[in-house]
Amino acid sequence: MVNETSETLLRWIPLLPLLAAVFHGIAIGVVRRSTPRTIVIALSCGSVALSFVISCIAFIKLIDIPPDASRVLVDPLYTWFGAGIGTTRFTADLALRVDPLSAVMALVVTGVGSLIHVYSVGYMDDDHRDDRGFQRFFCYMNLFTFSMLVLVLADNLVLMFLGWEGVGLCSYLLIGFWYSDRHNAYCGSKAFIVNRVGDFGFLIGIFLLFASFVSAGVPAGVGFADIAQNFAAIADRTIATPWGTTWRLVDVIGLCLFVGAVGKSAQIPLYVWLPDAMAGPTPVSALIHAATMVTAGVYMVCRLSFLYSAAPLASEVIAWIGALTALFAATIAIAQTDIKKVLAYSTVSQLGYMFLAAGCGGYTGAIFHLVTHAFFKALLFLGAGSVILAMHHEQDIRKMGGLRRRIPLTRVVFFCGAYAISGFPFASGFFSKDEILATAFAAHVPGHEALYAIGLLTAGITAFYMWRLYFLVFSGETRAAKDVYEHAHEPSPWVTHPLVPLAFLSLVGGLLGIPQIYGSVFGIEHVHTLSNWLGAVWPPAPAHEVARETELLMTGAAVAIALTGFAVALQLYYARPELPARIAARLSGLYALVANKYYVDELYDAVIVRPLVRLSDAVLYRGVDAALIDGTANGLASAVQLFASGGLRRLQSGLAQGYVASMLAGTAAILWYLLR
Amino acid sequence: MQDLLTTVTFLPLAAGLALLATGILARAVGTSGLPDGVWRAVGFASSLATFAISIGLYTGFDPTETDYQFVQHVPWIPDYGIHYYVGIDGISLLLVLLTTFLMPVTLLASWNDIGKSLKSYVFFMLFLETGMLGAFVSLNLFQFYVFWELMLVPMYFIIGIWGGPRRIYAAVKFFLFTMVGSLLMLIAMLVIYSLFQNQTGLYTFDFVAPPSSNAPALLDTVIPTTGIWWQTQYWLFGAFALAFAIKVPMVPLHTWLPDAHVEAPTAGSVVLAGVLLKMGTYGFLRFALPLFPAAVADWTPTMLALSVIGIIYGSLVAMVQEDVKKLVAYSSVAHLGFVMLGMFALNVQGATGSVLQMINHGLSTGALFLLVGMLYERRHTRLITAFGGVAKPMPVYAFFFGLVMMSSIGLPLLNGFVGEFLILLGAFLSHPWFAVAAASGVVLAAAYMLWMFRRVMFGPVDNPENRKLIDLDFREKVVLVAITLPIIWIGVNPDPLLRRVEPSVSALLQDVHARAAAAQPAPARPAALALAGEGRP
Amino acid sequence: MIPLDHVIGLSAILFAIGVVGVVTRRNMIVILMSIELMLNAVNLAFVGFNRLWPVGPDGAASYDGQIFVLIVITVAAAEVAVGLGIVISMFRNRDSVNIEDVSLLKW
Repeated sequence: MVNETSETLLRWIPLLPLLAAVFHGIAIGVVRRSTPRTIVIALSCGSVALSFVISCIAFIKLIDIPPDASRVLVDPLYTWFGAGIGTTRFTADLALRVDPLSAVMALVVTGVGSLIHVYSVGYMDDDHRDDRGFQRFFCYMNLFTFSMLVLVLADNLVLMFLGWEGVGLCSYLLIGFWYSDRHNAYCGSKAFIVNRVGDFGFLIGIFLLFASFVSAGVPAGVGFADIAQNFAAIADRTIATPWGTTWRLVDVIGLCLFVGAVGKSAQIPLYVWLPDAMAGPTPVSALIHAATMVTAGVYMVCRLSFLYSAAPLASEVIAWIGALTALFAATIAIAQTDIKKVLAYSTVSQLGYMFLAAGCGGYTGAIFHLVTHAFFKALLFLGAGSVILAMHHEQDIRKMGGLRRRIPLTRVVFFCGAYAISGFPFASGFFSKDEILATAFAAHVPGHEALYAIGLLTAGITAFYMWRLYFLVFSGETRAAKDVYEHAHEPSPWVTHPLVPLAFLSLVGGLLGIPQIYGSVFGIEHVHTLSNWLGAVWPPAPAHEVARETELLMTGAAVAIALTGFAVALQLYYARPELPARIAARLSGLYALVANKYYVDELYDAVIVRPLVRLSDAVLYRGVDAALIDGTANGLASAVQLFASGGLRRLQSGLAQGYVASMLAGTAAILWYLLR
Repeated sequence: MQDLLTTVTFLPLAAGLALLATGILARAVGTSGLPDGVWRAVGFASSLATFAISIGLYTGFDPTETDYQFVQHVPWIPDYGIHYYVGIDGISLLLVLLTTFLMPVTLLASWNDIGKSLKSYVFFMLFLETGMLGAFVSLNLFQFYVFWELMLVPMYFIIGIWGGPRRIYAAVKFFLFTMVGSLLMLIAMLVIYSLFQNQTGLYTFDFVAPPSSNAPALLDTVIPTTGIWWQTQYWLFGAFALAFAIKVPMVPLHTWLPDAHVEAPTAGSVVLAGVLLKMGTYGFLRFALPLFPAAVADWTPTMLALSVIGIIYGSLVAMVQEDVKKLVAYSSVAHLGFVMLGMFALNVQGATGSVLQMINHGLSTGALFLLVGMLYERRHTRLITAFGGVAKPMPVYAFFFGLVMMSSIGLPLLNGFVGEFLILLGAFLSHPWFAVAAASGVVLAAAYMLWMFRRVMFGPVDNPENRKLIDLDFREKVVLVAITLPIIWIGVNPDPLLRRVEPSVSALLQDVHARAAAAQPAPARPAALALAGEGRP
Repeated sequence: MIPLDHVIGLSAILFAIGVVGVVTRRNMIVILMSIELMLNAVNLAFVGFNRLWPVGPDGAASYDGQIFVLIVITVAAAEVAVGLGIVISMFRNRDSVNIEDVSLLKW
């Protein structure tokens, strides 16, 4: 609105991957002759890389705008659709918007995305399956990149919803990429449907927001700028539910939109699709289910920070769900035996951290952790992919071990990733996790000490399962079959080269967000670069100051508990590898519970899915439709036929004399009636 | 220009009659009549020509004008007020375009489908097209009824002759269900006719005043809300609503639809789902809402409830179907539940979304039936259990199916989303809880569609029959591309269409609201959201 | 003169006999004869009434009843011709003039 600079370059950021995807689609579907590999690679990776370059240009342009002016670049394309009259008119525009927050997101998506695209060249090349489709893979990946960029660059909630559903679609296509396997197709469908449950809440949130503006009499719009501008008009309104309670309107809107985030970012109770999403190729897991798509929920909450900062109840719910999810998922991760499933639950857990921060008002912390998580989780996934390739598509860590000798580069980068996620000093995860814990500790959310404690405990568990994974895969003696082990080697350079910049970023990425306490040691003011950058986007928040000593104490505690986790993992999986089996045997019930993911999937199936299908079949289809409605219609027809044919036809006796008699009787009756 | 509508409406029938006459003449002079191929080609060409001419309607349409355009009024039986009166506004424009677009696509799709009596088939299809177009453009109530009933005859034959094993049952069921409602509607029409005659002394079936005339028309009848029961708005609306609700179809009057769709040949299904079902919704919007505003206001909660039930019930029953075509049929019930929901939200957003969704449903469900038909042609079965892994031998087919399926479940960037969103938004603005319930249809639609798609397309190719499947040939690709392009285009850029629909819809709704307010002073309605706080109540 | 009552009485009796004959008898020829009897009974009634009112409203002699009798006789003759033709055709098909043998139009 005010002082927004128009920048037509923005449209190319999402458009380039889209054009690449369309080209691939046409090549596969219409031309039907396989495009040379080099062109596919150049087009896919090139388009994403170019998007990255343009994002950097936009970023630089943004920096050039002085901080006190409005740092926003917009690219209004056209009006998508609209209906209504006067002030109640609803319009959804196809317009893009770059401000400090979306610039950061765009850079992460395109930057990490390009690295993963390069990695995929090597990963998918190895594919000897029946339904491979090298080009098809990149078509979907480009389509995904397009959707994700639309999501982060959208100017309004409806366009964001387009990107939101678009990434859901691509996730579906990519998880079920090797569709000949029924299981993969099932996992893809599961992801889409569970996401859709979240989208239901998202839609209700949009409607409620719009309706609130309408009833408040302000010009209604769902553009982020519009919402921010008119937000004051609805900030204090309440809404009465049919069962008599009164809620604050912004709380309800926030919660509805958060349901969407719960679905997309895999929080309790809609996280169940993410572990199953590991059925897709590993680059997909890295890009979609670690770095970008699942972070969309976090992005959405931060985008609407002005709403959530005025909705304490919604924020409280977010923080608690985030914290509980973090702990819950971490406990499941400690017993998983598939290398990707460990990382999947780890992602769910780390996403919980981000929501914990956002719920406590630490939006910078959430985004900071989003960025660092993108780095080290993508690294870990890609590293895992490298391991999987080396082990000829073996994913069970019980059959690995001793790989440090065979794939040293992968081992080193994996070490960096594990180091970062555990929050060991001065890696990226260290700074971001500390910031989250500090925010939780100082927040005004009820029970924030408990939140802090949960976060701290989870940090320890995180370190434990991460190093458990590392030791089981790389250390000790191998448990793999001899020939598999002998043949294990580093995959192609396409696969290994992108790992290096990610490892580097995992280690030094924390420099983006060095807390003030360290800066003041060196006498530097405003050393938290990310906070400075993003500060203008958030609403002014009451600063929760934590004493220096407390903050240093918390940092120490976090490192200590991470070291504890590391030590336990070291003991159990390095020093005395026979212990875990004994412990599992002793605590067999607990172990079974955790290893089977607390039977949540089975619970959902038994309580929701199966009853619904049975209800639909037995009661609705056979009962109501076939028996009741059709029965009535057919029964009515039979009754009419019975009466008409059965009854009335007996009048036709065929005997002329009968007819004569009835004629005479009738005539006599008429005559009697007329003459009486 | 004046005759454009008449041309568009009657060109198909004229072509059919011309072919018939030529054939008879040819036989009279000794040859064996026109060969089947000529019938097919000329039939297709004439439907294509109708579409081309109807584009002239689109370009010549003035979006800012809320009155009817391309109007033509010819007295027919003046003593009874039965005239030939046609005209279109934004709503009927889109529906006319949908009809003229779907017919050539359908004829092209069924090029090789029909084994016997091809000439009769082509004739019936052309006859059907005229019937449907006539119903959409009629502004004289009697004429509308004539076309309404006229549509049933060719459809009955198409289902009954070229259909599946239970075609007779399905055709008779379809005919009887629709007829029952229509008869009640006829009685209601006559009641209104006589009321009008009592009030103005004039005899007319014209719905609105003919051009350049200030004579009152049927729409101006003051239909009482109290008094003799069969003259009140509530019962008359009930009669009209019954006829239209059977056609929509609304639960619980929907059971003719699955049978009719499953037994009908592919082309019949496409036309049935694509256009005939819209007759019901169109009838509601054009006639029932303006004529009985007070009754509409009273009946709104019931209609909304039935719509929501339709959405959820349709989706749930679709989930447990084993026949793909029946699944798509039940999904139609669910989709049209959305359309009715938007309409009875009685605001511009909802009603505009409703009209757009009529078009969207025609395109995407029509495409789904075409796709199912292509599969049936190859394997002569529609049972889901007979398939599995079809995407492997038929990847292009799988792509089109996936795209149309995504449109059907309302994925943004495809057409279904825009309509669904506007409908839910409109419904939420006036009756939020109904909208919340209906939005669950979004999840259910994804559930049943994806489950079916997975069982048919994905997984290993277990059945050896499926390994031999041949992918789409050129003609099929043309058909699918033709129907997919508007699906994508409307999703990306729906605004031009909405610009044309909105003025007519908002004028209609303003009319309805004005009459409802005039008929009875509305009680102070609490704001739908019961939002409190500073400012307005 | 013969009182009108007697004439009408005789006509009624003859008509009743005819009706009984049509309804009761099974032989088609007999039924036709009974129909003839009915027609002639009506003729008798017509003549009787004509006797009763030999003068019309305008004062001139009126023979309406007798004219009608002539018409009825003509119609009866035509009807018998057609009826006997049907009976003969039925006999050729069914070898019977029993009316109960031609009840194909029953349900």
